[in-house]
Amino acid sequence: MDQKSGVAPIVIDNLHKKFGDQTVLNGISLHVERGETVAVLGRSGTGKSVLLKLIIGLQPADSGTVTIEGQQVTGLDVNQLNEVRKSVGFLFQQAALYDSLTVEENVAFPLNRHSTMSDADRKKRVRELLGSVGMDQDLEKMPSEISGGMQKRVGLARALALDPEILLFDEPTAGLDPITAAEIGKLILELKQKRKMTAIVVTHDIRGAKVFSDRMILIHEGNILAEGPLADLQKSKHPFVIQFLKESS
Amino acid sequence: MSTVISGALAKGRARDLAPAVKSIFIEGFEWFGEIGIFCARVVRAAVAPPYEVGELVRQCDAIGAKSLSLVALAGAATGVVLSLQTHDALTRFGAKSLLPAVIVFSIIKESGPVITGLVVAGRVGAGIGAELGSMKVTEQIDAMEASAVDPYKFLAATRVLACVLMLPLLTLAADFSGLVMGWLANALADPISFRLFIENGFKNVLFSDFIPPTFKTTIFGFIIGVVACFQGMRTKGGTEGVGRSATSSVVLSSLFVILADVVLVRLIQMLWG
Repeated sequence: MDQKSGVAPIVIDNLHKKFGDQTVLNGISLHVERGETVAVLGRSGTGKSVLLKLIIGLQPADSGTVTIEGQQVTGLDVNQLNEVRKSVGFLFQQAALYDSLTVEENVAFPLNRHSTMSDADRKKRVRELLGSVGMDQDLEKMPSEISGGMQKRVGLARALALDPEILLFDEPTAGLDPITAAEIGKLILELKQKRKMTAIVVTHDIRGAKVFSDRMILIHEGNILAEGPLADLQKSKHPFVIQFLKESS
Repeated sequence: MSTVISGALAKGRARDLAPAVKSIFIEGFEWFGEIGIFCARVVRAAVAPPYEVGELVRQCDAIGAKSLSLVALAGAATGVVLSLQTHDALTRFGAKSLLPAVIVFSIIKESGPVITGLVVAGRVGAGIGAELGSMKVTEQIDAMEASAVDPYKFLAATRVLACVLMLPLLTLAADFSGLVMGWLANALADPISFRLFIENGFKNVLFSDFIPPTFKTTIFGFIIGVVACFQGMRTKGGTEGVGRSATSSVVLSSLFVILADVVLVRLIQMLWG
């Protein structure tokens, strides 16, 4: 628990989400402590990405609450929500870079709108951010001109632009070759070690998650089925947990 | 017997048809409700600071400057056709001297504004529908929201406002090219100087003949911008969905431009005579 404010940076309480008749999240509760990285595992379509979107209000929850840095997100208006969102970075599954902007402009986008930096400082900050993910040689390239792995790096630089306290990763290594996936995993680990960031990582990559996460949760049928470090999950006697870990390894 | 069978079949068909018709009506009402809420959200986003001036200028260029040649060409073609069609008819009734006035009135009061509205609905409606649709399915709009930027302000309000601002200017371009080409087509058959053509044409034109029809295109611009942004931002279903959004943006915005024109023509007649 955070010593200063006395609250965990991310608190999810009894969260429910349905799409039509299909229940995606059925009362999920989760506390993420400051500086902790939690890996969210589960089969495709079990609501892992939806959970991330609910956390920053990109989709409305049917019931339950999400609290970020002591501020309840559910029920906020757009302006209040945007204030909360400034403290949260989000790396999307396909990076979601803006097609019409260059690599440099993509990373500068949040800074142009929310920072009071001078143009020169902003430019320097963008270069620093892109340098930190090894992309400072491709400033003028368009997203369509760089590989999927490079797009993820740029997406990560953009997510870090406003110096967030919290990072949400939606399958950061999906669709990447093992070497690039390992590099992205290493970047997440670096962020955790250097910046002491609080993070939730939705992933299918258990090997990577073992390296960068403190705790794993396994979502099944809208609920958290198993929780803890990988070693604890491996001790589970639940047939689904056993099967999931067996098939993933 | 056959009457009984066909009656039963007809009853069965009617039973099958009823839920389908009901669902179309409900979907239609839902669509109007949703676009109404969307409109309110866009207008609220547009008037609240901070203003996205840079993006607005970029959209004015994309919507206005880049549509100019197409609109001018459509206006020119309309002028030529009007000139050729009315020349014969007026000659037959011995009213050839009225040709410049007929062309001027026809272009500035109706053809210019409507042609501009329809051309922009086609070019810009499809462009906005496809662009925003593609941004939606690739999560770029979500990414924008996650960066604490309101997409209704940055994407929709700027595009709608650019359409509203650019349509009257494009209409002027369509009017001008229509008149020039109308004169040229007429001059090839019956030589007449451009100055005389314009003097004869505008002799009885009042400001109320020119200003309201030109500025009614701001409404066309609003319709095109709102419908295309709405269809784009609610895209579902990958690339197929993007195609559907682009098509529906063009079809619906063109349809509503024509329907709005009917109302606006009557309204202008009532207000300015």
